[in-house]
Amino acid sequence: MSEISGATALLTALEKEKVEYIFGLPGGANLPIYDALVDSNIRHILVRHEQSAAHMADGYARIKRKAGVCFATSGPGATNLVTGIATAYSDSSPIVAVTGQVALPMIGKDAFQEIDIIGIINPCTKYSFQPRQASEIPEAVKKSFYIAESGRPGPVLIDIPKDVQQQIAKIEFPDYIKVRGYSPNVDPDLSEINKACEMLLKAEKPIIMAGGGVILSGAFSELQTLAELLSIPVVSTFKGKGAFPENHQLSLGPIGMHGHAEANRMILEADCIVAIGARFSDRTVGRFDEFGKDINVIHFDIDPAEIGKNKSVNAAIIGDLKSSLRALIKMIPKTFRVNEEISKQWLNRKKELVSYYADSLKDYSREITAKKSLKKLREILPMDGIVTTEVGQCQMWTSLHFDVISPGTFFSSTGLGTMGFGFPASIGAKAARKDVTVVDIAGDGSFNMTENSLAVSVLEGLPVIVFLLNNFMLGMVAQWQRTFYNRRYSGVHLKNCPDYCKIAESYGAQGIRVQSMDELEKAIKTAIKSDVATVIDIPIDPNEDVYPFVAPGTGLKDMVTGA
Amino acid sequence: MSSNKSIFINNNNSNILYILSVIVENKPGVLFRITNLFRSRNFNIESITVGITEKPDLSRMTITTKSDIRTLEQLVKQLKKTIDVIQVSVLDKENAVYRELALIKMNAKDPTTRIEIANFASIYRGNIMDISNETITVELIGTPDKIDAFKNLVSSYGIIQVARTGVSALPRGGITDEL
Repeated sequence: MSEISGATALLTALEKEKVEYIFGLPGGANLPIYDALVDSNIRHILVRHEQSAAHMADGYARIKRKAGVCFATSGPGATNLVTGIATAYSDSSPIVAVTGQVALPMIGKDAFQEIDIIGIINPCTKYSFQPRQASEIPEAVKKSFYIAESGRPGPVLIDIPKDVQQQIAKIEFPDYIKVRGYSPNVDPDLSEINKACEMLLKAEKPIIMAGGGVILSGAFSELQTLAELLSIPVVSTFKGKGAFPENHQLSLGPIGMHGHAEANRMILEADCIVAIGARFSDRTVGRFDEFGKDINVIHFDIDPAEIGKNKSVNAAIIGDLKSSLRALIKMIPKTFRVNEEISKQWLNRKKELVSYYADSLKDYSREITAKKSLKKLREILPMDGIVTTEVGQCQMWTSLHFDVISPGTFFSSTGLGTMGFGFPASIGAKAARKDVTVVDIAGDGSFNMTENSLAVSVLEGLPVIVFLLNNFMLGMVAQWQRTFYNRRYSGVHLKNCPDYCKIAESYGAQGIRVQSMDELEKAIKTAIKSDVATVIDIPIDPNEDVYPFVAPGTGLKDMVTGA
Repeated sequence: MSSNKSIFINNNNSNILYILSVIVENKPGVLFRITNLFRSRNFNIESITVGITEKPDLSRMTITTKSDIRTLEQLVKQLKKTIDVIQVSVLDKENAVYRELALIKMNAKDPTTRIEIANFASIYRGNIMDISNETITVELIGTPDKIDAFKNLVSSYGIIQVARTGVSALPRGGITDEL
């Protein structure tokens, strides 16, 4: 066994985990790591801001369904990662972040670029490591990937002091590790599944609420089998958007603050809710005390701590959704037949609600609107195209007007709601799936925050489309000020600055401004064929609002469908 | 959670004092993770004690908290979710031994007071740890209730300083940790 440095041990350990990409930015405290990187076969993607490195690793992870890796130096490098790591934590996305730290003797001395990143990051990571010896690095890496990817996924941080990176030692690489106190694999409790099965079979108006867990677990076919077997209509949470094909006859789309009107209505009329990999967030259910009151609620989740956190339930099945759902499906007696009469009534109610809201929700009338633009994008974008979003109106319009057909091709910062997430995350997603078109549905406010990732997209050959719904406003905040603050606009005017086409061009990307739906169609087609990132600047009216709307603190029954 | 249900002390919604016995990895940063969890999830800690167990790589934390049963359930689940936590049990007061140590320093300028306090201390099975011309310090070991009672009893003399360790506890009889 030859002697190697801690930094080389880190890269070797990452290679053993079959890491393809590292998204990162060097600095003083991770110089030894960047030196070792020269001899590594892992591809490094140089970012322009560490926040984007974490978002790229996150986007990569969500599509690849394996941990994404990002690097940053100590101090400000590490703190810049925090928003990205918190975003991943909120959405249960696996990231392994590696930060440099000042040398061990300097820790606690308020050294240059020293920050207690372990202390800062604790509430938004599954776990963190700070190896004190180079020999501890391989085990920390192996444990980090195991913890990040298993159970309910999430980010892990490894903070390595500079002298530990430089230390030369005989270093062993473990093939097998065990994390005492961590047992992510739980076999579903068959008696609870049995209880759930009985509730479900006797329900007359059952509904499935599919959450992000379905996507994380890849339990798409199990979900579809269950829904079709018992003819159960399916709504999703916003994070669960795309867990179930949104053009399926049983699909109603997302519920929640900006959910589909028919979905919000339908779930209120159900007599049994099957929540699958969902956490009953305030954004989804409105009020915890009203949601699913007096009816049977069945909850499938891999994380025991989610059971009863926001919502008391009548049956709780803890475990991986794939195996839990398979067990449930197996438990449904072969002889069981859905009562045609009752089921038909329930499914007719779905049709009734869909057509009622299709007629009653008025379209905002302009040559180009967000809704029309998104429908056009869906028409042209191949079904396997990956779509992510920024945060705000652009995100909620996507929830409402862009149907995800192929399971697992959509993701967004749904938990933390991080503006600036979508663009770098789309670059990460492109790295994971080079063969498909990747689109970031953006607003001008969000795109502004991380637009410098255009350099990364162009120089690293990871072209994506920025579908920029440009209303010259922080539109969602403006909508709230319109609705709740008597049109007293405060701090929301962005005034079409900068010129996004010129911004794109200055980075060597392509910028296309469209003035009509025809031009938009051409622009989308051009962008799909383009070798470089394309920003499609779509000017929309700043007064176009997102409806329906469930105001915060109210329940789904209080949904407002228009101004 | 179901395995723990039988030892929950009661089932209504009032806030009661629960004793949690938590086995954790004996390594740096664990206490921080646990206390940070309590803070970030809005749980309340009455007391927390930490010490090494019969195994050198494990520590036992004894945490007392006042909460309702739903919050307690969440708290136990969140603790179990914490990776450095090996085991969590909710101890039933009836089936556990639990003790706290307190040092109480009081005003005792005249000899009569000192004798009175010394008498009280001996009734409470306390020890006089220090006497000066002006003060007397009593060491008391017992349940938190007993210490509270003693404090009330001597409060009229003027309590100058109190140091309490918080509760340490173990289940009675043959119950062991399943590690």
